[in-house]
Amino acid sequence: MAVPILHKRKLIPGRVSELVLEAPQIAAKAEPGNFIILRLADDGERIPLTIADTDAAKGTITLVYLVVGKSTAHLETFEAGDTILDVCGPLGRPTHIEPVGTVLCVGGGTGIAAMHHIAKGHQLAGNHVVSVIGARSEDLLLFEKELTAISAEVLVATDDGSRGHKGLVTEVLEQRIQQGIEAGESIGEIVAVGPVPMMRAVAELTRPYGIKTTVSLNSIMVDGIGMCGSCRVTVGDAVRFACVDGPEFDAHQVDFEEMMRRQCTFSEQEKLSYDHFCRKCHHD
Amino acid sequence: MTKKKSKILPRRSMPMQDPAARVGNFNEVANGYSLELAQEEARRCLQCKTPTCQDGCPVEVDCKRFIRELAEGQVEQAFRTIKETNSLPAVCGRVCPQENQCEGRCKLRPTGQPVAIGRLERYVADAFYAGTACEATVGREDCPMIREDLRVAAIGSGPASLTLAGYLAAQGVKVEVFEALHLPGGVLSYGIPEFRLPKSIVRTEVETLKEQGVEFHMNWVGGKTMTVGDLFDQGFKAVFLGLGAGLPRFMKLPGENLIGVFSANEYLTRVNLMGGYRFPDYDTPVFPGRKVTVIGGGNVAMDAARTALRLGAEEVRIVYRRTQEEMPARLEELEHALEEGVQLEILACPVAFQGDEGGRLTSMRVQKMCLGEPDESGRCRPMPVEDEAYDLETDLAIIAVGSGPNQILLNATPNLGLNSRGYIEVDQETLETNMPMVFAGGDIVTGAATVVEAMGAGRQAGKEISRRLLKQG
Ligand SMILES: Cc1cc2nc3c(=O)[nH]c(=O)nc-3n(C[C@H](O)[C@H](O)[C@H](O)COP(=O)(O)OP(=O)(O)OC[C@H]3O[C@@H](n4cnc5c(N)ncnc54)[C@H](O)[C@@H]3O)c2cc1C
Ligand SMILES: Cc1cc2nc3c(=O)[nH]c(=O)nc-3n(C[C@H](O)[C@H](O)[C@H](O)COP(=O)(O)OP(=O)(O)OC[C@H]3O[C@@H](n4cnc5c(N)ncnc54)[C@H](O)[C@@H]3O)c2cc1C
Ligand code: SF4
Ligand code: SF4
Ligand code: FES
Repeated sequence: MAVPILHKRKLIPGRVSELVLEAPQIAAKAEPGNFIILRLADDGERIPLTIADTDAAKGTITLVYLVVGKSTAHLETFEAGDTILDVCGPLGRPTHIEPVGTVLCVGGGTGIAAMHHIAKGHQLAGNHVVSVIGARSEDLLLFEKELTAISAEVLVATDDGSRGHKGLVTEVLEQRIQQGIEAGESIGEIVAVGPVPMMRAVAELTRPYGIKTTVSLNSIMVDGIGMCGSCRVTVGDAVRFACVDGPEFDAHQVDFEEMMRRQCTFSEQEKLSYDHFCRKCHHD
Repeated sequence: MTKKKSKILPRRSMPMQDPAARVGNFNEVANGYSLELAQEEARRCLQCKTPTCQDGCPVEVDCKRFIRELAEGQVEQAFRTIKETNSLPAVCGRVCPQENQCEGRCKLRPTGQPVAIGRLERYVADAFYAGTACEATVGREDCPMIREDLRVAAIGSGPASLTLAGYLAAQGVKVEVFEALHLPGGVLSYGIPEFRLPKSIVRTEVETLKEQGVEFHMNWVGGKTMTVGDLFDQGFKAVFLGLGAGLPRFMKLPGENLIGVFSANEYLTRVNLMGGYRFPDYDTPVFPGRKVTVIGGGNVAMDAARTALRLGAEEVRIVYRRTQEEMPARLEELEHALEEGVQLEILACPVAFQGDEGGRLTSMRVQKMCLGEPDESGRCRPMPVEDEAYDLETDLAIIAVGSGPNQILLNATPNLGLNSRGYIEVDQETLETNMPMVFAGGDIVTGAATVVEAMGAGRQAGKEISRRLLKQG
């Protein structure tokens, strides 16, 4: 059954958009940390996107995507009123949320949107949510307003200093951890969602502090239901499937090096696919 | 019909695409008999007084009768005969391991030339055009009206669920099939390649079921989108679990996560379900391999190897721990693979994958094996030959060493009773699980088996469910 797009909002024109989909079955079950897999056309591929928000009463789910290649570029041509051929979900294990005191939620790039749903869950569980978000510049910061509504604190970093701290999110995060420790605050958990290098940097930063740290891994997926092993990642001594065992894992156990390599498995074909798509657009 | 034993003609061979041509395309390899060839082959049947062929068939097709009908030119009658017990003959005729089933028990088997029962079944299924959906599903012209108050849910849409749906629809029971992927068919859609089982056949079977009133819900993940309990809350009277054994097994070897090492399931899913062989017209990429190694000796390994050839590999090797004789693949698939140029590296067991600095696979370390005493399965146990290991150059390795139960629904249904191997435990007679009115069948109960065994289970569960529901009224 095709799923209608109710709203589309261009967050960063041509690069990042938000879609609200009418998907009552998924909305009724989706929890923070879940994702969906969608397919746009009969010749399309299956791509995973995190559920950034849900409204069970209205029966809607929200997706936020960054245009990086063929399928996301194709998705960017869809408007409110159009329908998406296949939407499957909710997939993945939901975030493990319990009252733990202070939770620092770190988001980078489109990961900020995905992190939003997790932060919201922690806030509902009564945790003191500190959102720490970063982007290259102010105009690329996402979801700041939404996060302000649910977080006790929002800390911002931009590479060019156009807003908040000038520098990396990890620098802001470290300051905040230090500050917490000095004040005797119990930091129960740190959650990081964003580009793999960012998640790895957060893992390295928090390791010496021994604070539980969770990352959401975006390995390449096909079925998303545990039948192919494309999404496998090494976590500690074990090989886990991100789609069914994750996508969230203990950051201190993840082999990020391997994960980053595996993400490049199809880079040549992805470029080919994108060029093929662009040629087709120009002909149409 | 002559029964002179002395003059048994040779088994009619089936017209095939030439090996050199077919490695360049994904069209079906075997073209099927003509009416003439089919009748010649049918006439080879001895019409035994006590036919044993039927005992070899898990769904008990009355082979003797349909073959006689075909020999007499009554294709329509032959179709009805097959359909009495087998709802997917076009599929079974193509993919059953006949040498272990019907043809394995044929009285002519000792001559090495059993009646080509599978090919005849395929001929009848392809040749007969059914007038009504009921006729196409169960070989009867009319089925009772569907009773919307008796709703049965089937989770998974492989051959087990499709057979259950056809059986129940013919009894007037409403079936809704729920599938996690975007296309129905289970392994028939995502696993078995187009050149062996054209997807149009699976589509036709599904369309026929729809005409019969069966509803299909795709992109619906049991245990995630809804639980088994949710289905009963929605008014379903029974639930059938046909989840399959799609969990790919890896070997836990060093380097197994290098770029270029894939499970057969991923490789075949990209090609079949996602149409990756038509990349870039289709979006899903398939990893291109020049020197391909496939690990395993079953149908899955054969399918992966033959697919790699068709996608332009220079060299494809099947690496297997035992010898060609022990390979569990369907005989015809192994023969076709060899004809097409697949090479066998027997008595060889991978021990490590090796890669370059970028994490890309470059070679596989292989341990030489020899055969020891037979094990519990009766096959000789492979044993390592000391100090004999070597490297095989390879840039694409495909692992086809078996599979496990699909997990998602099992994880979400902790009350469901499982056996020690992690598959669903059922009552052998009724196929009911430990949860009342929840039934299961196919690979999720037996572990990876065959299409026709899954169908047998779907039929068995269908019988039990209709008996209970229709008695209740
Ligand atoms: C659990 C999960 C949640 C995700 N959530 C979001 C999200 O909320 N917003 C967002 O913008 N992106 C998200 N992603 C990433 C998103 O799926 C990819 O950006 C998308 O698939 C790229 O497709 P493409 O054709 O546009 O680009 P391509 O050119 O095909 O690929 C660009 C890069 O995206 C990655 N990628 C490609 N195909 C896949 C695939 N099938 N599965 C996963 N990654 C792939 C690869 O690393 C690749 O190098 C998520 C990924 C996962 C696994
Ligand atoms: C590559 C390959 C080649 C084969 N070749 C042959 C052959 O030549 N001859 C032969 O007889 N057998 C062959 N087999 C084996 C045969 O295909 C299987 O035994 C048979 O398909 C099992 O049928 P099934 O109905 O039990 O499950 P499957 O066909 O596995 O179907 C199960 C379906 O359930 C779906 N599912 C799982 N979990 C959920 C959930 N939670 N919610 C919704 N849906 C779900 C899956 O997506 C899948 O579509 C082959 C298998 C493979 C993999
Ligand atoms: S269903 Fe399979 S085993 Fe049975 S008669 Fe047909 S081909 Fe033989
Ligand atoms: S056993 Fe063989 S020869 Fe005898 S009836 Fe069956 S198919 Fe014919
Ligand atoms: S995406 Fe196939 S197993 Fe995870």
